Order: sequence, then C-alpha cells, then structure tokens
Amino acid sequence: MTSPLLDVTGVAKHYGAVAALRAASIAVRPGEVHALMGANGAGKSTLVKVLAGAVRPDTGTILVRGKPFVAHSPGEARRGGIVSVYQEPSLVPDLDITSNLRLTRTPIDPFRSWLAELGIPRLDLSTVARTLPLATLRVIDLARALAIEPTVLMLDEMTAALPADLTERVLEVIGAHRGSDRCVVFISHRLIEIAAVCDRATVLREGETVGVVDVNEGSEERIVALMLGDIVKGMPARTSPDRAATAARVSSVPRIRASSLRSGTKLRDVSFDLYPGEVLGVVALEGQGQDELFDILSGSERPDGGELAVDGAAVAFGHPADAIRAGLVYVPADRAEALLMQRSVRENIALPFTAPLRSWGLIDTGVERRRVDAAIDTLQIDTRATSEVRRLSGGNQQKVTVARWVAGGVRTMLCFDPTRGIDIGTKRQIYELLRDLAGSGAAVLLYTSELKEIQLACDRAVVIFGGRVVAEIAVEDADEPTLLRAAYDLPPDAPMPEDVAANDLAGMADAAVADTATVIGT
Amino acid sequence: MSAAVDVVGSTRPGLAETISDWGRRNRWTLALVALLAGFLAFTKLIGPSYGPVQIQGLAIGALPIALAAVAQAIVVISGGIDLSVGSMMALTSVTSAVLMKDQSEGFAVVVVVGVLLLGLVIGAINGSIIVVTRVPDIVVTLAMSFVWAGATLFVLDTPGGGAADWFKGLISGSIVSDWIPRALIVLVLVCGVVWIPLRRSMLGLSLYAIGSNRLVAFRSGVDVGRTKIIAYALTGLFCALGGMAVTASTGAGSPVPGAYTLQSVAAIVLGGVSLAGGRGGIVGPIIAVFILQLVRTDLTFLEVNPNFSTVIQGAILIGVVLFGSVLAMRRVRA
Repeated sequence: MTSPLLDVTGVAKHYGAVAALRAASIAVRPGEVHALMGANGAGKSTLVKVLAGAVRPDTGTILVRGKPFVAHSPGEARRGGIVSVYQEPSLVPDLDITSNLRLTRTPIDPFRSWLAELGIPRLDLSTVARTLPLATLRVIDLARALAIEPTVLMLDEMTAALPADLTERVLEVIGAHRGSDRCVVFISHRLIEIAAVCDRATVLREGETVGVVDVNEGSEERIVALMLGDIVKGMPARTSPDRAATAARVSSVPRIRASSLRSGTKLRDVSFDLYPGEVLGVVALEGQGQDELFDILSGSERPDGGELAVDGAAVAFGHPADAIRAGLVYVPADRAEALLMQRSVRENIALPFTAPLRSWGLIDTGVERRRVDAAIDTLQIDTRATSEVRRLSGGNQQKVTVARWVAGGVRTMLCFDPTRGIDIGTKRQIYELLRDLAGSGAAVLLYTSELKEIQLACDRAVVIFGGRVVAEIAVEDADEPTLLRAAYDLPPDAPMPEDVAANDLAGMADAAVADTATVIGT
Repeated sequence: MSAAVDVVGSTRPGLAETISDWGRRNRWTLALVALLAGFLAFTKLIGPSYGPVQIQGLAIGALPIALAAVAQAIVVISGGIDLSVGSMMALTSVTSAVLMKDQSEGFAVVVVVGVLLLGLVIGAINGSIIVVTRVPDIVVTLAMSFVWAGATLFVLDTPGGGAADWFKGLISGSIVSDWIPRALIVLVLVCGVVWIPLRRSMLGLSLYAIGSNRLVAFRSGVDVGRTKIIAYALTGLFCALGGMAVTASTGAGSPVPGAYTLQSVAAIVLGGVSLAGGRGGIVGPIIAVFILQLVRTDLTFLEVNPNFSTVIQGAILIGVVLFGSVLAMRRVRA
C-alpha cells in the first residue's frame, strides 16, 4: 500500500464555544479522487478552509507527501501544493482574466489547454471577469487551479451550480487524475457524481471523521448511515395530524399555489400547495434552490418562469411590500436582515403595522402598546419592550422577528431556517408558536437545515433537490433517515436506479442556457 | 480573409482592434478629454484674452488638487477612502516650508526627500490603524484628519516659512513653448514615475483586487492587510507631493488645511473611479481636476456670483456622473 499524499489527523477548530471541527482526519493516496461527505454543518467547509490556508486550526497535523504542511494564507497553501476551488468563483470581478492569472501566478499556456479540455477552446483573456457568465467563471476558476498542477486539488461544491454539460466535462477532467501522482478532494451533495469519479469517501459528522468508505455499488447506503450516526431523539415527535384537518385542507383553496417556479440555474421547477392551517416543511441540502424560492415568495426577486397564486388569484410581486400586502411575511435566518438592531423591541414589532395604525400621520401609541404587549406575552420574550434589540440574545431576537408578524394577525408566514443557532428551549417555543399559528388558521412554510425539526413542527414536507421537488413526505414518515435519503434524491429503501439519475442530469442542460442570458443582462 | 483574421484575432489582435479595444476600455477618460477640450474652447470664446499665462496659472492652481486626487484615487481603488488628505497636505506643506526657510538650496533637496518619507509614514500610520483596529476607513481617517491638523499647528501656528528658489521655479513658467506649463510637466512626470510601474506590478494588481472583492483577493493569495497599508502609504506620499506643491506655488506654508479632501473626492468621482472600489485609474481624476478648475474660471468670466458658482459646480458633478450611469445602463440593456 502506498503512503498517503495528503494525511490529515486530529484537526480541531473552535469558534468561541462552538466546535466547527473536533477531530477531523482524512488520508488521500496519490492518484486518488477522494470524496469528503457530511450533512449540513458537519464541518466539511471548515476542513477545506483549514487545508486551503484560510483558517488556522487549533490542533491537528497536516502532512503533504509526508512533510508537515503549514499555511498561514491561501497564497502559502498554493505554493505548498494545495489549491481549492469553491462554488463561488474566486476571480476578482474588476480585473481581466490575464490579471487574475497573474495575481495567482498561473502559467498561461497550461491554463489555455485546461480551458480547452473543459470545453472553452477560445476565450479572450482581456475580458473583465464580471462581464462573463457565472458558469464560465466557474470553469475558468477550475482551469486556473489545474494549471498550477497542485499536489492536492480540492473542489468544494463546485459542480452544485454548473450546467449539466459542463459538469460532465469537469467530472471527466477530475476522473483523469485517477492514477496520476496527484490527488483530488471532492465535495458534492450529488451521490451520483461521487459514484462516478471517487475512489473512496471520508464521512464527517459533527466535526469528527466517522468513517472511510470504498465507493462502489451499495456504498451510498453506508455513507448515508455514517452521516446519520445514532440519531438521538432530543424532543418528542409530533403525533400524526388529525384526519379531520387533513380532509379540510384538501377541500379548501390553497393559501399559496406555486407552479413550476424557475429562477437562474438553481431553481428549476418547483410546485407545491400550502393550505391554511398547516405547517409545510421544506427540506433541501445547501444550495438546492431554496434560497431562490424564498426570495421569490417574499417578493425580493422575480421568478424567470412559473406561476404563483395566493388565495386562488395569480400574483406577481415586484417588491416585498407587495408580498406583505398579499399576506405573505418572511422570517429570515439572519436576524440582522429583519430587525432594526438599534431600535427598541416595541418599534421593531410595530414597524410593519404602522400604516394601519396611523391616524392623521401620528402613531397611535395606545393601540401600538396593546398590540406589542400582546405579542410579547404570546412569545414570552424575556425583556422590557423598550430595550434595544441588539442587546437581546439570538433566541429572543428571533422571537421578535416572529412577534412582529404575529402582532398583526399573520395569514401566511415564510420561515427560512428560523432556528439557526438558537438554543433548544427557544427552538421549542418557536415550534409551538408556529403550531399555534397553524391552529388559528394561518399557513406556515418552514425551511429548516435541521432535519429533526420537520417532525416537531410540520404536517408534511416537500424535498427539493437540484431545484426540483423530488418527494413529498407525510409527518409520520418524516424521520431523519428518510428525509436525508430524500434530500440526496435516493429512493426510500432501494439503491438508486441508474436511469432515474441519468434523467435528472439530462434535464438540467436547457436551464443552463437561460442562466447565461440572465448573467449577461445584469 | 475574414476567416484568417478570425483565427489570428483570437490570440494576437491586430493594430486596429487593439486601438478600438483600448478606446472601449478608456471610454470615460476619452469623454473627459473631449469635455476638457470643449471647456477650453468655451473659455477662449468668452474670454478672448485667455492665453499662455492663464494656462500656466491653471496648471499651477490645479497641481495640488490633482495630486490630492491621485492620492484619493489610489486609496479608493483599493476599497477605502481617506478624509485626512487635506490635513496631511497641510502637515507636509508646513514641514517643508519650515525646514527650507533660510537654508541653502542644496539642503532643500534633503528636505524634499525627507518630506516624501514623512508622507509615506503618516499614510502608513492611517492604514495600519485601519487594518489593526478594524475600525471603518472613514472613521479612522476622519479622526486622523484632526490629528494631522493638530500636528500641523505644532510645526507652524501662523503662515510662514519659505521655499528654495529652484523649488519655486520647478512649477512656475513654461517649458519648450509658452503653452506648456512646467507645473503640468511636473504633474505628468511625478504621476508617471509612480503610477506606471505600480499599475504593471503585482502590487498594483493587488490594489485593484482588494478593492474589487476582498474575499476573492484573499483566496487568490493577496495579503489584504499589507496591501491596504501600502495603499494608504502611497496616498500619504501623494499628499506630501501635493503639500510641497502648495509650498512651491506660494513660497510659504499655511497651517490651515485647504478644501483638498472634498475636492479630491469630487475629482475622482467625476474621473471615473468607483467609490465602491476596484474600478478607475488616475488619468481620469487628473483631467477632472482641470475641468473643475476651468468651470470655476468660466464662472468668473461670466461674472456669476461666487456664492452661486459653487452651486453650479455641485450640479455639474451630479449631472455628469448621472449622465455616465445612464449611458452605462443603456449599454447594458443594448
């Protein structure tokens, strides 16, 4: 057995009290394409950043060709033979391609030949990067990395937003590294790509390496099993929804009906119905189009295609205010996006409703106070209403974000990962609030990156993969393994049939053309 | 024929193509040149006596502002902004005036070198504070503008000092022809000597890179903090040049900072430097300074109330930049 080209052992990285990596290890042999796998938040990206020199680990050793590897910056890592390509291309937007190559000291001739290999035979190198379509920039970024001939090439989700024909080229080029004297660390959410190019896979869970799997037939099962580990049930799952409610749902008009929504390369074809009185979960791995979906529903972006109907009437939102008027309110993951941090809790809660509260231009503070107090009461926000929002804990801030809409009697709430980084007690309160909202006839759409939340808060869940709805799962079946398999687009209990996967890839090509046009347009 | 051109064109562009390409990339600067020519013609039209002497005056008056604009352009291209430009110019101006007073002509050479170093150092101090404390550029440089203004009063609390004769002669009068002011030649030489090698170097690329997108620059291997400090140091260097231009043109130092900070920002905006960083050069801002100076001259010729003329200058600034963005938007749509 050959000694590993890249040998990482016991890497840990803490951010304050949060451990991003506890004990990550990975060993990659020469000529190997090695997959790095893990659920959201398992620490893949942190490990890549450590290896790329962007983050300094607390502990751990990194050996390249048997010699200790220390990099304090991406430039040093590159000189040491480790280069990373990210989902977002690392090209300076205001510089032309030649200058970008000079910046990273990339030789031009090998760059050109790799570019040709990747399907772009002719490119004017004096083009300013920002004027090129995103897909082209991603390929340029990869060609630049290849031209340096790094010992270790890391690809972090680089195929996630690439059109199918380019993905195929990229996989071919990566596959050609097998048997060479160099190696590739490959991160992708698409198991079919892992199966196509990778020899082995290292699986991370909660910042620790939990296993190394030879990639062959049936290895998907083992990878998924490793990613899940022993699922500890932290909170009791909800009991199945009562049948009467389900029957009522089917007979009523959906609050939101989305039909074939499209946007860019990420969101390809998403349809679903959201009924009054239910919490509908949205499950997706990172970057599967859920961000774009919520941007469209909340009125921040216009879709490239598809239809949206609210309460049975077709709508086209040009501004978040349009969505709010139609009764759709948005709770983002990033509290700073939703709140005026320097203002008081009272003002933040009252802000979206000042228009109806106004009488002759002055704010009716009596009505305002009653509504705000009622909202604070419902939410058990642990504070006085006059204190500044930025002084509250993250959990209380998120409660304010929700409270502001509850104060006005919300009809439809769009929650995008509302419990990110919040303690378990507050999480439970937010779930209960969402349940209460649904109980009072409101409709809630909930995207969450934590799969176990689905069973705690939702009535059913739709799973999005590659910008399409791939499954709808009732709450009683929505345990974590089922959801994770669905999120990776694996059928419930059988290995993935090859033809299904092939169809999935083939359908992506046409959407790519549309994306190119949009990028030039902006 | 066309096929052959096509094949060659992909690797080695022809001369015509190179020129049209250059024109496309420097569209804004070329438009400014045309605007400047228009203003010169207009000035001659309304004031037929406008001649070589006035041109020399224009160049001398524009020199410190143009150097301030170059100073500001460098730091804005790298994604920052420096509100202490005026104070740094005052500090370097009085330092040079005090040191040159009653000294030999030869010693003045030492003073010039010393003051240039002083400029580099105070600029680097600005940059280091920003990088180390992570306080926003605008806050740090605003605070430092008070610090440098105070330091200026320590050096010289009333207008005074002096300047060597060769130093004053450097920017007065003309060279070769009456129409070519020395001040203009000094400006072109100084900027050329510093900017052209910089623009072609790794450092120049890094300046544009950190201004355009810091994360990408970092991932590309640029030392963002170091580059930022160097950008501010270069700004300090050009402020020192500007400060000495003030001393040379007046023959003395004045401890009261001129309105150079705001004028430099106005000039770079008109000169096509994006306040968001990463875009622009120094030729545009320099031409913009001359345009703004000519506007002032023209308004005097037209006997416009001086109080109202600043209103017109402001309006022109907004108008031209707005016009430019409208054109850019049209191009994108087309």
